[in-house]
Amino acid sequence: MDFFISLFSDPVAFWNSHTLLIGQIGINAIIATSMFLVLYSGQLSLAAPGFMAIGAYVSVLMANYWHTSGVLNTITGAILAGVIGLLVGLPVLRLRGVFLAIATIGFIEAIRLGVILNVEITGKGLGLSNTASADPLGGINIILVSAVVIVFLVWRLTKGRLGNAWSAIRQDELAALSQGIHVARYKLIAFVISALMAGYAGALEAHLTFNVDPGDAQYGVTRAVQVLTFAVLGGSGFVLGPVVGALIVTLLPYVFNAAGPYINIVSGIFLIAVIIFRPQGIVGRGGLAIIRPRWWPRARASAPSTG
Amino acid sequence: MDQQIINAIFIGSIYALFAVGYTLVFGVLDILNLAHSAVFMLGAAITYTLVANYGQSFWVACIGGMLVSALMGLVIEHVCLRPLRRRQAPPIAALISTIGLALVIVAAVEQGHPGSLTAWLWKDGANSVAFPPNTVPNPTWHIGDLTLQAVKVAIIPICIVLMLLLGYVIRYTQIGRGLRAVAENARAARLMGLDVDRMISLTLVISSALGGLAGILFGVALGDISPYIGREQVEVRGLAIIVLGGMGSVTGAVLGGYLLAMIELLALISPLGSGGRNGIAFAALFLMLVLRPQGLFGTRLRERI
Repeated sequence: MDFFISLFSDPVAFWNSHTLLIGQIGINAIIATSMFLVLYSGQLSLAAPGFMAIGAYVSVLMANYWHTSGVLNTITGAILAGVIGLLVGLPVLRLRGVFLAIATIGFIEAIRLGVILNVEITGKGLGLSNTASADPLGGINIILVSAVVIVFLVWRLTKGRLGNAWSAIRQDELAALSQGIHVARYKLIAFVISALMAGYAGALEAHLTFNVDPGDAQYGVTRAVQVLTFAVLGGSGFVLGPVVGALIVTLLPYVFNAAGPYINIVSGIFLIAVIIFRPQGIVGRGGLAIIRPRWWPRARASAPSTG
Repeated sequence: MDQQIINAIFIGSIYALFAVGYTLVFGVLDILNLAHSAVFMLGAAITYTLVANYGQSFWVACIGGMLVSALMGLVIEHVCLRPLRRRQAPPIAALISTIGLALVIVAAVEQGHPGSLTAWLWKDGANSVAFPPNTVPNPTWHIGDLTLQAVKVAIIPICIVLMLLLGYVIRYTQIGRGLRAVAENARAARLMGLDVDRMISLTLVISSALGGLAGILFGVALGDISPYIGREQVEVRGLAIIVLGGMGSVTGAVLGGYLLAMIELLALISPLGSGGRNGIAFAALFLMLVLRPQGLFGTRLRERI
């Protein structure tokens, strides 16, 4: 509770003491938007942590070895993630639903376990030292501005020609195809844009810490599941849904601070409750679902039947 | 080398047993039950607790572990799946609710220290523990340069018998016909007078009991029981296996389990060494999906989630 009281009573002090948290929320919002984009085009892709890893490692390695500027590093990381996204997307996008999800899990784990933990230059399991370019407090404005710009751009995209095509593909791929929509091309566009965004977020995130950690919670399945939770919890029908989801999931440990060591139990129950009462997500159409057990009496119509 | 092959076969049996439960739920419901790996862990944890903290004999503890796992199946159905099914929620919502349940189960075990709220469930926190020595009779034989431990060798026939039994039930009994009917088309099955909800509960009970047993066997044979064995050892491997075998195919999951163990063995003895083991398995999974998405033994591709 102190958390929220300080947010309203003394916003400046709150900002100063929680800068890292706010930065993390901004980054998670970008990743959530990247997840939104693939879901919006009807693809259950969990590849985001893989692209984040590429963005993070490329930008930090460039800073460490070539001493180039942070802007150039970040952009190169993002673009490289986009290129890999194109290469991965070409063969993978034939898959649908849960098959795509599992293939992308294969991709992120092959990147993390197969490449990052095995190659000398990435520092293997120890992670990569980032003292050259890390700027935990200075980067926050860039992060927040990029988050807002990216969310706005994606919102515009979903309103345009591309967005209509994605919507059509999500609702019925066959029907979209028969309307002359080039399904493969539009899916690939969504996948590559989302890879670019994830790579960008990964590069930014790497600049928040002094050590890039190749752990499961960072670039592995755990992270992928977390990103999926952002999107589904917030609601994947509208671009702000995943952002709200990212905000809530990132803040959960602070909201349930009182639970102490039992925080994960409480968060898990909260997650189940939200998804059961609002299966369409928090930002979505329709009201709260009322779960009525079978033995609970049904509400009766007051007027007697005349028939 | 021969020793490694035997080890691969026995770990493959555990993988197979775990993946059969995974694939059964997917086959009937078209839902990935991500709480399955937590049930795997819970089975092992309950069995250990009954032996070490409550002084029960190993066999009683085994039955206790499996019962709790089976009950967990009912919890998954009633808490995570049925409310969503009633609301006709998109199947992706079930992924999140089962993830939530997995989070709760793992956290409950993880926080079990003496004096904490879940101390009755587990007392060793995040530590990895093994059964006290001599809990399980474990004669060891040496044949040539092979070392055969009874607990490891016994796993293979246990798994094979259970999987044959499951195959028999699915193929030849009234219950199995019901399960297959629900898997084929739930609405048609309901119109034919089948109690679909009961069939789905039954599927989850069977699946979770098998998952819990796989966890118990894993804990006994490898002496490594911690709140994280589900997440770290079998969760993603289980996904890989059911893809290798073809989603929803029980035979495929069994063969996929052994196949994955063999692939990992090959990666282990290759120049890549143990570091490359996991990476190779996932690269194989990725290639498999791209080249043959219906799996090795799957016949048709169903696209729903």
